[in-house]
Amino acid sequence: MQKHHQDSKTRGHVCIDSVGVSFGQGSDRNIAVHETSLDIKPGEFVCMLGPSGCGKSTLLNCVAGYVKPTMGKVLLDDKAISGPGPDRGMVFQQYSLLPWKTVLENIAIGPRLAGHSAAECHSIARTFLAMIGLSKMEKRYPGELSGGMQQRVGIARALANYPSVLLMDEPFGALDAQTRLMMQESLLEIWSEFGTTVLFVTHDVDEAIFLADRILIMSASPGTVIADLKVDLERPRRSEMATAELFISLKRNCLKYIRAESMKAFEQRECEE
Amino acid sequence: MSYALANNKSAGKSKDRSKEQAPESIQAPTNRAPVLSDSIMVSNNERMASRLSAFVKSKQTHGIAVGTLSLCAGILLWHLATLYNFNFFINFENIPSPLKVADAFIDHLAKPVFYTHIFVSIRRILIAYGMAVLLGVLIGLAVGRSRLARAAVLPYIEVVRPIPAVAWIPLAILMWPTEESSIIYITFLGALFPIILNTIHGVEQTPEVMIRAALSLGANKLQVFWHVVLPAALPSIATGLAIGMGVSWFSLLAGEIISGQYGIGYFTWDAYSLINYPDIVVGMLVIGGLGTLSTYLIKVITRPALRWKELQR
Repeated sequence: MQKHHQDSKTRGHVCIDSVGVSFGQGSDRNIAVHETSLDIKPGEFVCMLGPSGCGKSTLLNCVAGYVKPTMGKVLLDDKAISGPGPDRGMVFQQYSLLPWKTVLENIAIGPRLAGHSAAECHSIARTFLAMIGLSKMEKRYPGELSGGMQQRVGIARALANYPSVLLMDEPFGALDAQTRLMMQESLLEIWSEFGTTVLFVTHDVDEAIFLADRILIMSASPGTVIADLKVDLERPRRSEMATAELFISLKRNCLKYIRAESMKAFEQRECEE
Repeated sequence: MSYALANNKSAGKSKDRSKEQAPESIQAPTNRAPVLSDSIMVSNNERMASRLSAFVKSKQTHGIAVGTLSLCAGILLWHLATLYNFNFFINFENIPSPLKVADAFIDHLAKPVFYTHIFVSIRRILIAYGMAVLLGVLIGLAVGRSRLARAAVLPYIEVVRPIPAVAWIPLAILMWPTEESSIIYITFLGALFPIILNTIHGVEQTPEVMIRAALSLGANKLQVFWHVVLPAALPSIATGLAIGMGVSWFSLLAGEIISGQYGIGYFTWDAYSLINYPDIVVGMLVIGGLGTLSTYLIKVITRPALRWKELQR
């Protein structure tokens, strides 16, 4: 793990180079992401914040390789991304663990696909299981776990491949408020250990401020980044910081952008109808 | 210790019950070593009693009890209808009574040829069903995953599926070299379609997010198929296998009309042409019993692969 801490200083540079995504053709053409360029430094924790339907998940999916940009390209450490791969760990909002595999086997999938021996896979998986504090659950099936536990296993599974970037698509969106806070804290703990670059999509302003080094606010239509805010809160972050002056002024700032965007999106929908 | 083992085994059916009892049964012999046999008698009796009451109370037992009662009531009604020659729209005058059928059944149990009939039928089922499982699952997986396969195969499935087994008899006789192969062909067709359709359904139900997750964990297409699509389709495939087994018995009877010698379907038809009414019913009930038993076996065999589903909350 020490080794990866070193790596993380140089690995995980994401470059989004004039990426645009549109779906459909002709009059049905729908622009999901307008020409966007971004540069994310190795080890940076970046939150993409915006109203639903603003294309933030689409942009994330371009980095993941699930969506091919209509124009432009995405580079990871100077290599163009052409499809999904184990160098980018993905954590989804819906529970995406394989319900027929035990918790341990789920975490071991990545190493196994990478060709490690069964013994190695299990030892890697046990390391991560201990890290997320679920060692006792290794023989359980995902269906027996709570939502929060399942998401923790999901994070461990993505990290077990030692990816350069961790891509998270509203991972805590389906959890209740208390669990969500706990998950945010343990995510930061894990991240401080790994220092992996994180690209985190959310529509929750508090979550974005609490987690990120940098917040990218996206507009609804056309989907593009309208603000790039630095979060100068000290680390380690603690839940009490939510009342700090800096936190509140950042929140006011974010909300201002988001409210304007939501209104615009709402009006557009009204007009179309 | 052997006592504890035996006790655990006898409690084996329900997991939590055996857990509850484990510490008790280990303690019992050590605590009351001098009067060991006595204490075992007592605790065994107590345990038997508590187990019996738990057994009587459990929902499963309740279901079995109601089912048994219902069957008995049905047989009683059948008996009364034949006893009093019930004849009002439905005519029971020539229907053999349950006692006559039981007599005939017991008679047949003593005749080796009866077992030959059953054996021949089971062999046909095994061959036909085995081929249907192999082909059905393969075709289902291909159709579920590939657009080309779907476009090419689906029209056949739609057209051929509604054709009943009996309608195939003349063509089956013309097409296949032996009677045996014609019968197996008809039985095979019966089992094939439920297996194909349920496999397709299962493959289509694979959650997209799991496929995406596997891809970003480094899986290639084949690995996605093996680690995600196939296990996700298994519950539905298992359903198809159970339905297919039922339908294959159904079709077997139609197929065995062709046969001039053996098979439980042939036995039934033969009894009909000899106007031996009790034997007809014996044949029918044997088919029903074997069909139920084999479907149950399929469910038991496929259960371990579906264990994860039972644990879901």
